[in-house]
Amino acid sequence: MSVELATPVRPSGFSPLQYAICLKGIVWREGLRFLHQRERFVASLVRPLVWLFIFATGFRQVLGVSIIPPYETYVLYEVYITPGLMLLIQLFNGMQSSLSMVYDREMGNMRTLLVSPLPRWYLLSSKLVAGMVVSLPQVYTFLAIAWFWEIEAPPIGYVAILPALVLSGLMLGALGMLMSSVSKQLENFAGAMNFVIFPMFFASSALYPLWRVKEGSPLLYYICEINPFTHAVELVRFALYGQVNWVSLAVVGGCTIVFMVGAIFAYDPSRGLLARRGEPGGAA
Amino acid sequence: MHAMNSIEPPAVAIEGVSHSYGARQALDNVSVSIAPSTFAVLLGLNGAGKSTLFSLMTRLYAVQRGHIRIFGYDVGTAASEALRMIGVVFQPRTLDLDLSVVQNLTYHAALHGIGNHEGRKRADDLLARIALSERAKDKVRNLSGGQMRRLEIARALLHRPRLLVLDEPTVGLDIKSRADIIGHVRHLVAAEGVSVLWATHLIDEVADGDDVIVLHHGRVLAHGAVANMVRTLGVPDMRAAFTRLTQECPSQTESQAS
Repeated sequence: MSVELATPVRPSGFSPLQYAICLKGIVWREGLRFLHQRERFVASLVRPLVWLFIFATGFRQVLGVSIIPPYETYVLYEVYITPGLMLLIQLFNGMQSSLSMVYDREMGNMRTLLVSPLPRWYLLSSKLVAGMVVSLPQVYTFLAIAWFWEIEAPPIGYVAILPALVLSGLMLGALGMLMSSVSKQLENFAGAMNFVIFPMFFASSALYPLWRVKEGSPLLYYICEINPFTHAVELVRFALYGQVNWVSLAVVGGCTIVFMVGAIFAYDPSRGLLARRGEPGGAA
Repeated sequence: MHAMNSIEPPAVAIEGVSHSYGARQALDNVSVSIAPSTFAVLLGLNGAGKSTLFSLMTRLYAVQRGHIRIFGYDVGTAASEALRMIGVVFQPRTLDLDLSVVQNLTYHAALHGIGNHEGRKRADDLLARIALSERAKDKVRNLSGGQMRRLEIARALLHRPRLLVLDEPTVGLDIKSRADIIGHVRHLVAAEGVSVLWATHLIDEVADGDDVIVLHHGRVLAHGAVANMVRTLGVPDMRAAFTRLTQECPSQTESQAS
């Protein structure tokens, strides 16, 4: 039996349409999974609403917010923290879709994705886009409820935040994906959530303007300043009033790229952490 | 075997593949060639390296040393082409339990760049063949273990691969489901010329006409037709052959039967 032959003519690669079909399929599946997890949707709304209705109301009298851009008048504390709470939704969403990646990988669903013949970077990017898309209706639903709470932005703001949310959603999803590749087990990841979500949220401009932080602790101020979450919050805060915060845009854009490249690297079969993690599916 | 073999590259050509997880060597200089349209059994105990070999073939992990070619396409350098040729059924269940049967199939189709319409058509066709048409809209969670496995096999065939690799596909199934599944896959080989690599530790899944690869502690101890292996070793059947091979060559010797 003769076996050694030249490599046959390659079947042609994938067309742009096929790439689009793949992306659509991944987004569609993420959407279906989201619809099947109603408690996740409710939890993702209850969390910021608790902050808004209870925490912000309680703090309204304690914490006065002076006029800082993009605000042109004194604003209520509820108004101030609304962008931060939108980002909180995205932060949890990003971490949760990464959690599902850890879960998927252990359950084997991640394998289904990774054995697709399309390039792995494309599959992972599509997965990120899917997670981000799922975060958008959550944020808008939150904004709709907040609107009834008389937290109203100019109409243009509701459109202008869309690209900002797309970018921030990608950044936070990529961060989560990077973490999921490093995390060895689900438990470790759950622990990391506490070490990532809470510090990121509290050491940011989500709950208090940074000039106030600076008065309290210059060191914390600098930590907040380099926290990408701060810039995601500010990007969305400015967008909500139809403005662009260019510094935040640059930071969020840069971090998105860095985290995405890191995550793709981490899931690379030859170089990444996946191969070093150990044996497939826990079974030899 | 088929006359086509002389002009076609092997379905699977594994050449000098070694793989280690840190200090533990999972595969040691494995070389195997499987002809097209063959039912090949990768026989080995748990921990023999079967799943590692599958992970390398499907590019979940990069090949550290050696080469793996699928119908001539190197998994390392032409991964996309190689992966198009392979349909995989992993040992753990990899279906989305909350999605319906048909949604699982169309998702897989999308991952291969196959549009909804065509994916749906192929799904209907495959479901009819595995007698699951009436369950198309049911959630996968409500299927039996055997039905899930049949669905996974159908899914693996949806992009029309020429090689089907299955990692211990009958684990956890009852006798009837096992027989159904192995019968179904054998039929695919006989009727449609699909090549199959079937990993198992269950010797009773090996049939006389099969091409058997005995993998033990990451090394190929023997490769060939069942009849040849039995005759060469002078034992009554495959079970005795397997016992003889694995007892004689626990981990150190370089023995290579066949």
